[in-house]
Amino acid sequence: MMLQADKLSILQGQRHLLHQLGWQVRAGEVWWLAGRNGCGKSTLLATLAGLRAPAQGSISLCGQPLGSAAPRLRAQRLALLPQASHDAFDYAVIDAVAAARYPWPDDGHNPGRIAAALNAFDLARLAERPLQALSGGERQRVALASVMAQDAPLLLLDEPTNSLDLAHQAALQVQIRRWQADGKAVVVVSHDLQFAPAIASHALLLDGAGGHSQHTLAQLDATHLAQVLGYPLTRITHAGHPCFLPGHTT
Amino acid sequence: MLRRAAYGQPSARPPPLYTGNTVQPMPSISPQRTTHPALRLPPATMLALLLGISLATLLLACASGSVALGPGQIWQALQGQGDALATTLLQLRLERALTAWITGAALALAGLLMQSLLRNPLADPYVMGVSGGASVGALLALWLGLAVWQVDLAAVAGALALSGVLFWLARRDFGRSSGTVLLLLTGALLSTACGAVISLLLTIAQDNQLRGMVFWLVGDISGTPLRPWPWLVLLPAMLLAWWQAPAINLLALHGDHAATLGVPLAGLRRLLLLLSASLTATAVSQGGSIGFVGLMVPHACRLVCGPSLRLLIPASILSGASLLVLADTLARTVVAPMQLPVGILTALLGVPVLFWQLSRTRRRLA
Repeated sequence: MMLQADKLSILQGQRHLLHQLGWQVRAGEVWWLAGRNGCGKSTLLATLAGLRAPAQGSISLCGQPLGSAAPRLRAQRLALLPQASHDAFDYAVIDAVAAARYPWPDDGHNPGRIAAALNAFDLARLAERPLQALSGGERQRVALASVMAQDAPLLLLDEPTNSLDLAHQAALQVQIRRWQADGKAVVVVSHDLQFAPAIASHALLLDGAGGHSQHTLAQLDATHLAQVLGYPLTRITHAGHPCFLPGHTT
Repeated sequence: MLRRAAYGQPSARPPPLYTGNTVQPMPSISPQRTTHPALRLPPATMLALLLGISLATLLLACASGSVALGPGQIWQALQGQGDALATTLLQLRLERALTAWITGAALALAGLLMQSLLRNPLADPYVMGVSGGASVGALLALWLGLAVWQVDLAAVAGALALSGVLFWLARRDFGRSSGTVLLLLTGALLSTACGAVISLLLTIAQDNQLRGMVFWLVGDISGTPLRPWPWLVLLPAMLLAWWQAPAINLLALHGDHAATLGVPLAGLRRLLLLLSASLTATAVSQGGSIGFVGLMVPHACRLVCGPSLRLLIPASILSGASLLVLADTLARTVVAPMQLPVGILTALLGVPVLFWQLSRTRRRLA
């Protein structure tokens, strides 16, 4: 069991974002976290990453309560891709990715892992480039490569396709499948109704008022999702994968 | 159609990225990192260069003055074989130069750590009001007409008192998300309060006290003896910061999210504030509120050496020390026998260097 949440409740001010969530994420699963803006997706990821405390309930990571693990040990087990990053200083791409090896003091500067992470997101050419000279999509690829270099078995990705062009979105899909095949667990927050269903094995839907529902992708039908997202949807199969299109079939 | 290509299905001409099963060439990662692309120096060469500059400024400080000393005389005097005048002059000048050295080094390191803590390249050691507390203490002592060592002691006491208040007010902010904003605002408010008290003291001070107060506020090391304890603050602070450099890099890179990479956020932030405050208190008790060094030296070093702390820590220390030794030598020689407060010279020397670097950066961006 990679991640287990019991009776987890999250409050934003007085508002219940999430009420009594019981949730288990196992190795090899890819969870799609879906819901409308402000429904608590990122807040849930931040709570799972230990950045904020839940109002109620408990979270355990690899069978150990989240709060009890030392920061470094937690970072060996869980990596978070934040939604946005702000660069105050002009680190080079390779330094930013290499810095993500910090959780592994004995294997810190592992050139193979750093190179693999740079390659997976097509960054070899940009390795010496300063962060502030990158485009939005290039910066997002650096963040993804850093998460990969951290080499944790549980990955929490907040809108990983942000700013990525189509080819790099496809490369990210390939990479997430590889992680899945390697026995990692991935939780993806995404508004992309083509990208997310193509990679996910399960979905956790949040309605923003405390309610939540869990589905396998095979069971997830358009009405479930449409209800949560507040817009009519049609489920189709495209290129061998499920995909949701806005609107009714006519 | 494009998306089909992504799954490795046949397409006329696959873009180079869709290489799911083939091995891409590894990028060349040299273990020997160089400094900023503009300079291309290995870190060791860079540090050797800065060390050389630092020794040269010390030598210049020993040689310059009302009676100039040649390198031969300095060498003889150092070995205890020079004449009495040379030996005395050398001792006076070297002590003062070393006082300037340690003060500049402490200010530069304090500024660097503060910039990393606040993730803001424009932060300086004074932004949290630690120097304001020191100034209130020192001016109060000057107003009461106390002796020089008591003024310095009052400065340290003021800095410590203000740091204590800051730590207490911000005690829950260190581990909080966006906690540094609250920390910065708390420091800025304390700094403003100190500013008001300083203005009050300047207003009620007698005319014959004003000159000493203004010198203290501008920054001046002319009356400061060489003391051992600033070195005992700088050395452990430098080693601690250097040891924690990878974690500080992550804090500078990711802010709050550094916690997800295993950085103990609250502890590291407390450590950085503690180190920065003690270095600032040390420097301010030596030379008053010398401006520019803490803000601009780390900034200038970052432009040349890149932002990585392992190199930036020793580089900032050496550069800050050299700048203050040079500035102090000029302060006591340019309009001799009159002595200028060194704080004027640091800015006058540093601003043109920064303008030169900025114009280079502009050219690189163009």
